[in-house]
Amino acid sequence: MSTQDKVIAIIAEQAVLEPSDVTLDSTLEDLGIDSLGLVESIFAIEEEFDISIPFNANEPGKSDFDISTVAAIVAGIDKLILEKA
Amino acid sequence: MKRVVITGAGTINALGHSVPATLEAMREGRCGIGDLEFRDVERLAIRIGGQVRGFEAEGRFNRQQMSLYDRFTQFTLTAAKEAIEQSGLEFHGELSAKAGVVLGNSGGGMQTLDENYRSVYEDGKNRVHPFVVPKLMNNAAAGHVSMQFNLKGPSFTVSTACASSNHAMAQAFQMVRSGMSPVMITGGSESMLCFGGVKAWEGLRVMSKDACRPFSANRNGMVQGEGAGVFVFEEYDHAKARGAEILCEVIGFAMSSDAADIVMPSKQGAARAIAGALQDARVNASEVGYINAHGTGTAANDKTECAAVADVFGPHADSLMISSTKSMHGHLIGGTGAVELLACIMALRDGVIAPTIGYEEPDPECALDVVPNEAREARVEVALSNAFAFGGLNAVLALRRV
Repeated sequence: MSTQDKVIAIIAEQAVLEPSDVTLDSTLEDLGIDSLGLVESIFAIEEEFDISIPFNANEPGKSDFDISTVAAIVAGIDKLILEKA
Repeated sequence: MKRVVITGAGTINALGHSVPATLEAMREGRCGIGDLEFRDVERLAIRIGGQVRGFEAEGRFNRQQMSLYDRFTQFTLTAAKEAIEQSGLEFHGELSAKAGVVLGNSGGGMQTLDENYRSVYEDGKNRVHPFVVPKLMNNAAAGHVSMQFNLKGPSFTVSTACASSNHAMAQAFQMVRSGMSPVMITGGSESMLCFGGVKAWEGLRVMSKDACRPFSANRNGMVQGEGAGVFVFEEYDHAKARGAEILCEVIGFAMSSDAADIVMPSKQGAARAIAGALQDARVNASEVGYINAHGTGTAANDKTECAAVADVFGPHADSLMISSTKSMHGHLIGGTGAVELLACIMALRDGVIAPTIGYEEPDPECALDVVPNEAREARVEVALSNAFAFGGLNAVLALRRV
């Protein structure tokens, strides 16, 4: 599975949707993921890719990690994987 | 209904090992938060906290006691001793039979849990010390206080996360006000600053890596603390009859539940608790001069709390003072309301308002007088102490100058 497929699977599970219902331009809000769902998704992504995502729920906008859309999350993960390598 | 007054106070926390030391630190706006020191701290992302330093349990407690006292019990007994000594009370006969101890606590013996899980899971040991259970149970502190001071009345532990101490003190208050007991020992304690305790909080991603800055626009989360606060709640005539020094009067309380979300606070739930406390105390909103805020320094709490205060107090919200001492001693979770009650006592008795330190940038969503960075002198007749817990469980106490 590609990063994109894995991320979509994680987010779909969190949103209780089919992966086919999650598109790259979906926002987490569109998908009905609340603040706890977001923290759980980030945890699942960290576990899946063995990376650490800099994210503080108090200042989501300040984080280098962009969570505005599924595409942004995928791009952020790819960057973190590259940095790790 | 009986009047209820506070005739003794004790504490140990990151600001000091006694009430005078803690109040002095609050007056000076000193910060007790610093680098955490314990095993495996290097594996944490969050490495700051309001840790109690220079506290040597050895010497205070004998070997047998040490094998039974988790750090949260050691803190509780230390604070209880200071409070009861100040009150001058000794518990014998009928007073002993009626007086009890109600304490708040959230995590129980976290240090004991952490050490023993490490021993059986990480070190692969198959045997643990026989007292692990009586040491880690979260009513251990209440039990030991009852034994040490001969309190044979109603005693138990209240656990409502960050509101535990306020819920506990509300219970004790009710018991004295109703005439059930002339004296109750109450307050709370916490000691979660160990690897497992901080690691668990880290997961929630609400902790700050650098400082607790309540109400400041650049706040970025909470910082944990540890310690205890213990008080003697006494029936007014009982205290007067023996010529006891009265620190302040407890005049009311209210509890409410948001029934909404397990972690996100609700303005309505907080406002109902604040308004309820005023109603129970039979005071007008305009009489309140100071509120010790829950003020955790998270984005969500501080703006919700300020909105709730604005709703309840209307235009008077702009003339009262509201500060969060968590900026100095950190968030003591189940013990936090007890240590924060000291700031209310200082406001009412000494006319000194503890500041919110670390305040750097105004936040339009927290546009109240948060007493930024420096303590202030002011005469206050009525003070409130807020606590809003995970679970949506709220408890607010109302106090009056005597």
